[in-house]
Amino acid sequence: MDFGPQLFLASLDGMVTAAVLALTALGLSLVFGVMRVVNVAHGEFFMLGAVIAWFVASNIGGHAAIGFIAALIIAPLVVGAIAAAADWIVLKRLDYEPEATIVATIGLLYILQQGALVTFGPVAQAVEPPFNKRIEIPWFEGANVGWGLFTTSYKLFVIGATIAILIGVWLLLSRTKIGLVMRATQLDRETAQAFGIPVEKVYALTFGFGAALAALAAVLIVPIQQADYLMGGDPLLLSFIVVIIGGLGSLRGTLVAALIIGMSDGIISVFFTPTLAKIIATLAVAMVLVFRPQGLFGAKAQ
Amino acid sequence: MKPDRALLLHLAVIAALFAMQYVLPAYHQGNLARILVLATFATGYNILFGYTGLLSLGHALFFAAGMYGAGMTMRFLDWPALAAFPAGIVAATLLAGMIGALALRTTGVAFMIVTLMFAQAGYLTILYFNEFTRGDEGFVIVQATRNILGFDLSNDDVRFVAAWLIFSVGLLVALAVVRSRMGRVLVAIRENEERTRMLGFDPFPYKLSAVALSGAYAGAAGAAYALLFGSVGASFASIQYSIEPLLFVLLGGTGVVLGPLVGAIVIFYLIEYAREVTTAYLIVVGVALVLLILFARKGVLGSLRRRTDGWLP
Repeated sequence: MDFGPQLFLASLDGMVTAAVLALTALGLSLVFGVMRVVNVAHGEFFMLGAVIAWFVASNIGGHAAIGFIAALIIAPLVVGAIAAAADWIVLKRLDYEPEATIVATIGLLYILQQGALVTFGPVAQAVEPPFNKRIEIPWFEGANVGWGLFTTSYKLFVIGATIAILIGVWLLLSRTKIGLVMRATQLDRETAQAFGIPVEKVYALTFGFGAALAALAAVLIVPIQQADYLMGGDPLLLSFIVVIIGGLGSLRGTLVAALIIGMSDGIISVFFTPTLAKIIATLAVAMVLVFRPQGLFGAKAQ
Repeated sequence: MKPDRALLLHLAVIAALFAMQYVLPAYHQGNLARILVLATFATGYNILFGYTGLLSLGHALFFAAGMYGAGMTMRFLDWPALAAFPAGIVAATLLAGMIGALALRTTGVAFMIVTLMFAQAGYLTILYFNEFTRGDEGFVIVQATRNILGFDLSNDDVRFVAAWLIFSVGLLVALAVVRSRMGRVLVAIRENEERTRMLGFDPFPYKLSAVALSGAYAGAAGAAYALLFGSVGASFASIQYSIEPLLFVLLGGTGVVLGPLVGAIVIFYLIEYAREVTTAYLIVVGVALVLLILFARKGVLGSLRRRTDGWLP
């Protein structure tokens, strides 16, 4: 295949990666921004979302779309509830002290992952996409039209759905009382508390919401990727990369970084190897943290 | 002159460990050899985490550096084991020094993430050069080459004594370090870095030394693991091997020299036991981490120390 069409396809797959990554990283960024908690178990919430999507889809009969829509609602709710409970039972008691919460979320990572191994099993499971029409892409340079150059309607749907969800989250944060309360807590925990905001409940809600976003991303990607109890590692690593490059706690930076990392991951993976893409990204992150701790797009620390 | 209670206690532990080879059945003797190597790893980690207060999530990289430093020199350069072992230590120490110099520009949460990222990059790099490292699959060091001064390291008894020797040296060095002037400064940095600076100490060289020293321990343990058990592989650079020393230290007692040994013994047998019951045996690691951080922050020996007027170093 020519370079042009291949780059186009790689970019399209990169867009899908970027979309899912944006949602997952947004959850991590939100939790860090509001609670100052680095959630190492975030990838496992992603995994749980995919696994629950499989459970729901395989237990609901009928057309694949019914199971998919059910999963889209049930998985984030269940995962959000599990995360909120974990916050209430464990993190709250640690007073959100940074080192202790990191150790606790590492523990949570193992508990969730191994819990999934027991209930879900070691074998990866596929989930049928609700629709998956093959869409040919006419390529005007001519020569190779007709073979291989196609995408699927489901991939385009993932990109569209992600944009819709992102707009929804933005509206939630900027236009609703819940968003206002979350932003107030983020700015100044003590003052928020003094004004009667139930900070502990806001924290549980934020932690649950962050995890639910990861679960939602997983439900979207699982028809393309399969559910597997070990699948949490990559989204965790990539979300970390995105959140740090975008600036810890900066939501706009997170989105820009998700786009850059997702696209470059897609493109480098196609032209070189996925491993090389991740090596470059992890080293980039370490360097960003060392030399520009506020992130590439983040403002100076307040 | 008062007898040095702490030194006597540590020598007694070392003697008791040596005697174990005559008491334990072969299976547990083999386990103990493995535990001693892992405990050496964690003893170095304790100097960094327990005494200096720096939580690294990337020490698997230094363990792997020691392992590959020894393994690769033997495999490709035909170095004898006697030279390969220090090569592993040097490789790990240099790597720890370089990464430490970068990572120590950050503090707190950022330090943890930077160390995690470097270790992950290292792990992926080992996978990337699959051709030489054999990736996750790993490679075996030829048994005939695994001997030092005529001692066959693959022999059970020799292996035990070698592991015991490495652990003992590591333990005594750690004891000397934490009781030295440097050890006092490290604890001061842990308790209050700003105040330490005010007292006229520049924390950076001390912190860097702690990173490099813990890296040397990790390297020694990794190289020893390669020589004693014969296997070298990328999986030893994975995040799980960064979490293990942290868990050993937390359970045994952060900032207690003997803590990592206690932690390593308990966790090793907990995992062994869980492995017989379920495939999801790593759940032990998760539950232990959460329970320890919630209810027993000081670990076994840390709680014990509070009842002994604090003479336990």
